Amino acid sequence: MGRSKFLLGGLFILAAVVYLIVSSTQQAAEYFMTVDELYAQKDAVLGKNLRVSGAVIGDTIQYDPRTLTLTFQVAHVPGNNREVEAMGGLAEVLKQAVNDPKRNRLIIVYVGPKPDLLRHEAQAIVTGRLGEDGVFYAEELLLKCPTKYEEAVPAQASES
Amino acid sequence: MLAEFGYGILLVTFLLTLYCISAALLGALNKSLALVESARRAMFLTFPLLSLSALALVALLLRGDFNVQFVYEVTSRSMPIYLKITAWWGGQAGSLLFWSWLMSAFTALAAMRRWDRDQEFLPWVLVVSGGTLAFFLALNVFFENPFARLYRLPDGTIGGYTFQPALSTPVYPSDGRGLNPLLRHPGMIIHPPMLYLGFVAFVIPYAFAIAALVTGRTDDRWIRITRRWSLWAWLFLSLGLVLGGRWAYDVLGWGGYWAWDPVEIAAFMPWLTGTAFLHSVMIQEKRGMLKQWNMVLIILTYSLVIFGTFLTRSGVLSSVHSFAQSAIGPAFFVFIGVTFALSVGLLIHRWGDLRAEAEMKSLLSREALFLLNNLLFISILIVCFWGVIFPLISELVTGQKVTVGPPFYERANAPLFAALMLLMGVAPLSAWGHSTVQTLGRALWKPAVGALLITLLLYFTYTRNAIALIGFFLVALVVLVAVYEFWRGARARQRAQQENFFQALIRLIARNRRRYGGYIIHLSMMMMAIGILGIELFQTETQGTLGVGEELSLQGYRLVYRDVARWDDLAGGVNHTRAVVELYRGERYLTTLAPRIDFYYDAQQNMTIPGVRSTLADDVYVLLLYWEPVSAQGATFKLYVNPLVNWLWLGSLVFLLGVIVAAWPERDPEPASVRVPRSARQTSSAD
Repeated sequence: MGRSKFLLGGLFILAAVVYLIVSSTQQAAEYFMTVDELYAQKDAVLGKNLRVSGAVIGDTIQYDPRTLTLTFQVAHVPGNNREVEAMGGLAEVLKQAVNDPKRNRLIIVYVGPKPDLLRHEAQAIVTGRLGEDGVFYAEELLLKCPTKYEEAVPAQASES
Repeated sequence: MLAEFGYGILLVTFLLTLYCISAALLGALNKSLALVESARRAMFLTFPLLSLSALALVALLLRGDFNVQFVYEVTSRSMPIYLKITAWWGGQAGSLLFWSWLMSAFTALAAMRRWDRDQEFLPWVLVVSGGTLAFFLALNVFFENPFARLYRLPDGTIGGYTFQPALSTPVYPSDGRGLNPLLRHPGMIIHPPMLYLGFVAFVIPYAFAIAALVTGRTDDRWIRITRRWSLWAWLFLSLGLVLGGRWAYDVLGWGGYWAWDPVEIAAFMPWLTGTAFLHSVMIQEKRGMLKQWNMVLIILTYSLVIFGTFLTRSGVLSSVHSFAQSAIGPAFFVFIGVTFALSVGLLIHRWGDLRAEAEMKSLLSREALFLLNNLLFISILIVCFWGVIFPLISELVTGQKVTVGPPFYERANAPLFAALMLLMGVAPLSAWGHSTVQTLGRALWKPAVGALLITLLLYFTYTRNAIALIGFFLVALVVLVAVYEFWRGARARQRAQQENFFQALIRLIARNRRRYGGYIIHLSMMMMAIGILGIELFQTETQGTLGVGEELSLQGYRLVYRDVARWDDLAGGVNHTRAVVELYRGERYLTTLAPRIDFYYDAQQNMTIPGVRSTLADDVYVLLLYWEPVSAQGATFKLYVNPLVNWLWLGSLVFLLGVIVAAWPERDPEPASVRVPRSARQTSSAD
């Protein structure tokens, strides 16, 4: 009797935690994709929460401060760490990506402040949805510039 | 020469640490006190040696010797002196040296205590903390040498090398790359050392726990010796987390303080197990229960500390996508794996000796509620850990990388935090051994009714948001219970000792520092909870482009744009763009704010510094987003109103007070600690 009620209590907590984790994972899941993968599964991913990374192309950055609308293009970069490593590290991969006109590119639209780290050859990680028009509407925009610093600075997040 | 000197010292210290470990091991196995003493002295030596090595690095940083790779990477000529010094922990190699330096200081401090009664622990404490030190030194010596110099190889590539490669020529850059501007902030200067102090200090309780497991002296002695270590470790870790949040709030310019970034979670996870540990050791001291559990918690904390250092340093997870993994990644994995396996093996070996001395009977007893508190902390840990490793798991299982963002953590953790708060309210009123619904109800009903009244008042005057009301109810409950406890204790003392109320209150706290320090910490947590509820649930924002004289309004505030200027600060290598805005509440002038954008030439990077007006009710947080001299469009601002957020920062000050009260050495021991003799108390109070 004494033990069983503790066991029951423990089971209850376990069940609650499992439920919280499973349901929250389903709700908050974001599918991480490369630009190539996105184009390959265009129809399947419409409306899903996506997280796409790519190399920022400096010339395409446009910012309208009136409407705070930021538009830019990213070029495909491989998503696999090992692949990136084999190609000479992230800095090198980003450089190749922006200089290769044959790569798939994705137009990103984001409303909000223009992040300080947005520049040519930066890695952009955008979270949002793909629109019917093939434009990616980002709700969140993270930028990393690995060429410059090795420190793990928490990603500079801008939320709209 | 200075670089070679620094590296040479590192190498010598590494070898000395290896000697210390072997001597301690041999001494323990052969019962040779002389060998153990020799190991202890070797450990004492590591601290001055590493200080010399660190001094060499700081001297190089100050001198601006850009031939040294680390100096080149983290400093530049234009940086002020204090930033050149603190650049020591601004990059990977230096921060590893910083870790080792702290580790040697703490181990030497721990080794300095009087060991007469705990002689059998000494060699094992030396082995464990020496082993940890040796690991970090090895990282510096073999993988990440902070003293490596830059050389150009015959094929033209430039790299950092400890020894000059054949046919290469040294490279002398004229200026360094400079510290990331985001890190040039007072919060960022003390945040990493605080975090590291917390991380490193937790190694000491772990070392004692392992010593207890090895020697089979599994009573609560190791806990009593390390109680203050754990508290200070916890304090530093907590302050490190808060400072990190404050830095994000001041520097990152998105109006928030915590983004559930894996790097943040990495520092949060050992805090969770450490907090659980601080609570559950009390059960072992008072009731002789949860001994196995305490071992589990301290082992987990140690592993998470190493894991946290690894995550913050290697960037393997913060960047699941495609970040170059540093050479030290595999080394960390092996070290965590080996130490974890060894610790768990030892724990299983001693499992039988760690059986509880009493049985838990009542679900509402103090010890049962403490256990529940522990389970909740572990549940939050599991949620966080799941969130961090989920991308790896999902990729392994389905081949598809799936990540979870902040909504996952918020949704899954919110009920757990709420349950923790409820416990914080209920547990102080429950009795050891046995409590029933009736006894608990009798103690609880007054604070509960009070909290309900406050909630009702808030419902009619402040908010109708259900989550906020639940949160505020819990906050009110915890605060009332804690205040009630202070009041009850002081009244009882006042009657018994014929003192006035304030005398009684002060003496009550002084005589029961741990308990009332704990309540102060609970109160501080509630202040932080108010701040978090405020900014998370009630933050509002607006943005717009204004011409001079035009205004932006939000929540009754009016922001009027007056002026903007741009100028170069040549000495600092910064270009400032600074706007002047006036803030009004209705028609009433409040203050003038100056949000600005700093552009750092060396790093070619902008920093957006908010203008903030802080009160206890809210922060008005203004960002200058965009202004160009040629455009006639005006300047673009983003305006946030962050209600109650200052309670978060104020709470951390009260928290500091609470920990100091709890950890301050007591003059006249309580009956509960009679088992510890005076001599031992005094030496351990030097912690």
